[in-house]
Amino acid sequence: MEVLVTLIQVLDSTIRLATPLLLACLAGLYSERAGIFDIGLEGKMLMSAFFSAAVAAVTGSVWLGLLAGVASSLVLSALHGVASITFRGNQLISGVAINFLASGMTVLVAQSWFQQGGRTPSLFGGGRFESAEFPLAIGPNDAEETGRSVSELMSEANVVQMIYSELLSGHSVLVYVAFLMVPATWWILFRTRFGLRLRAVGENPAAVDTAGVSVVGLRFAAVAICGVLCGIAGAYLATALQAGFVKEMTAGRGFIALAALIFAKWRPWHAMWACLLFGLLQAIALRFQNIDLGGVVIPVQVMDALPYILTVVILAGFVGKAIPPRAGGEPYVKER
Amino acid sequence: MEKMPKWADVVLIPLISLLLAAILSALVILAIGENPIEAVNLMVTGSLGSTYGWGYTLYYATNFMFTGLAVAVAFHARLFNIGGEGQAMLGGLGVAIVCLYIPWPHWSIALLGACVASALFGAAWAAIPAYLQAKRGSHIVITTIMFNFIAAAFLNYMLVNVMRPQGSQDPATARFPEAVHLPTFQSMFSSAENIVFRGAPANISFFVAILACIVVWALIWRTRLGYEIRAYGHSETGAVYAGISPVRITIIAMLISGALAGMMAINNVMGEAERLVLNSTEGAGFIGIAVALMGRSHPFGVFLAALLFGFLYQGGAELALWTSIPRELIVVIQALVILFTGALDNMVRIPLEKLFLTLRTRAD
Repeated sequence: MEVLVTLIQVLDSTIRLATPLLLACLAGLYSERAGIFDIGLEGKMLMSAFFSAAVAAVTGSVWLGLLAGVASSLVLSALHGVASITFRGNQLISGVAINFLASGMTVLVAQSWFQQGGRTPSLFGGGRFESAEFPLAIGPNDAEETGRSVSELMSEANVVQMIYSELLSGHSVLVYVAFLMVPATWWILFRTRFGLRLRAVGENPAAVDTAGVSVVGLRFAAVAICGVLCGIAGAYLATALQAGFVKEMTAGRGFIALAALIFAKWRPWHAMWACLLFGLLQAIALRFQNIDLGGVVIPVQVMDALPYILTVVILAGFVGKAIPPRAGGEPYVKER
Repeated sequence: MEKMPKWADVVLIPLISLLLAAILSALVILAIGENPIEAVNLMVTGSLGSTYGWGYTLYYATNFMFTGLAVAVAFHARLFNIGGEGQAMLGGLGVAIVCLYIPWPHWSIALLGACVASALFGAAWAAIPAYLQAKRGSHIVITTIMFNFIAAAFLNYMLVNVMRPQGSQDPATARFPEAVHLPTFQSMFSSAENIVFRGAPANISFFVAILACIVVWALIWRTRLGYEIRAYGHSETGAVYAGISPVRITIIAMLISGALAGMMAINNVMGEAERLVLNSTEGAGFIGIAVALMGRSHPFGVFLAALLFGFLYQGGAELALWTSIPRELIVVIQALVILFTGALDNMVRIPLEKLFLTLRTRAD
């Protein structure tokens, strides 16, 4: 029983930790499928995390915070678009610049607005995303009625109830948005005309251009979708997973999302499983620190490095080959 | 026909980009309610107004010369090495191992040993991404980013679990023995009555960095290997046609790049901290990208750009000390420099080319 409770708790925290990865990963999916490499996912998330927390702290409304976060992420997306689509600059260098811009600007503005050493005030009440309680799930309301703690009630529940109440219910609305984005992304990319064109522009932009469809327009659309999703990811970090912004709070999640994207070979459903796997690794590292496997101790640093090691192995093509969209990273020049 | 004269490409474009970055930075300072002119004044006096300030400026510049050269060499082979940070961390590990476990009789021999060790460790950390790029076609940018994270985790493990002295809580190695302490500018240039560079970390590695600039220049423009690297970077198909092996050039260019990034450790680990601590690189590996872009991948340009960033870094520290502008301002400036000199290069270049073209047709 003890083991089961622990397992469900770990899986629950897996879902929470996988959510920002998944949103950022899908964001990268749109952009890279359209042929725009984006290593600035991290920066966009960070920017959104700050502005969502800052606006939520000032106005007390988490929804306004979310809007501000998405808007700030979109600004960086536009910058990336202008640099890499309009001026045909190096997409990787642009991404690096965006990451640094976000990492510097967030602290600079945070210090100027709040004078708390580069953080926002802690969020509470309407400034945070509440967790959504499913009907009949064991939650804080039941605990209040019976006068006992949630964990006590949970330990008496049966397995189905536990999974329903702990795993499925009780997350913030953005978690459900993130997971619903997976089928939505699949449908958009593989069942709509827009999706077909978007994928085509990442493989062979000249063909799309010949068909009379705007390459620049499609790529800007993809970059904008990427900005919106990164914005939601950042807002989730600062207003749902944690209560407020702290310096560098994305902590490499944008790069783990990038790793997940390659791991998933640029496919939506696989992206979800990859993000859940990397979320699980984070959840385990968070809960257990050093893991003792019958005498062999796995240090916590191995768990930290595992997503990156896995990505390198996948990229090396030892476990199936990851082939990026063919026109990825190359600016499109109309006439040669 | 060249669209514009060479001096415009080499001098004018970087200067305009820098100017744009400076104007935007000034606007940022204005927006957070500070005075940009006062800020520049503070930065100049803090970093160039005393030998103490110069001692810090040149110390930072030394770091950036190594990492800037590392990125520049890779750029010549059209490889984007974002892994300088990880390679410099591993270089630090190499320095720590030779300084702690080999009883050196004198700092000069120790410096040689540390150069070799840091270069070897840095090169080794670049070797795997290089091999994967050359042989397996995995993108060097992604693998080097991943290797930065893996290096951080590895270093964390080494410092917490292996190299930390017994009874110490601090994740750092023991202090290096007295014999391997490098001479600082203070001990080199002070006389009995006039002490200069007091307490500043600039040390003899600065001259090693200048030497490295010269060696890299000779390597890229005066040797056969350098020619092959440039040819490969210019056109892969052309290079293959000329009998240059892409695998060989990719791996060699990355090994040199990694070795240069690793050698940064003789400055920050051996020269300054005199022990290996967590996060000893402080992002210098990434600043190397801005330095190489700004310096147009030329060793002399890298030298100048490293001085500029050394000034910005020390000036930024002074700003953080005396005003409410946090140190992160430097990160913003760095981002803007990378943006304008790297990604938005065409934004400056295309109008300039048009300008020169009209000027020329009028002259004809």
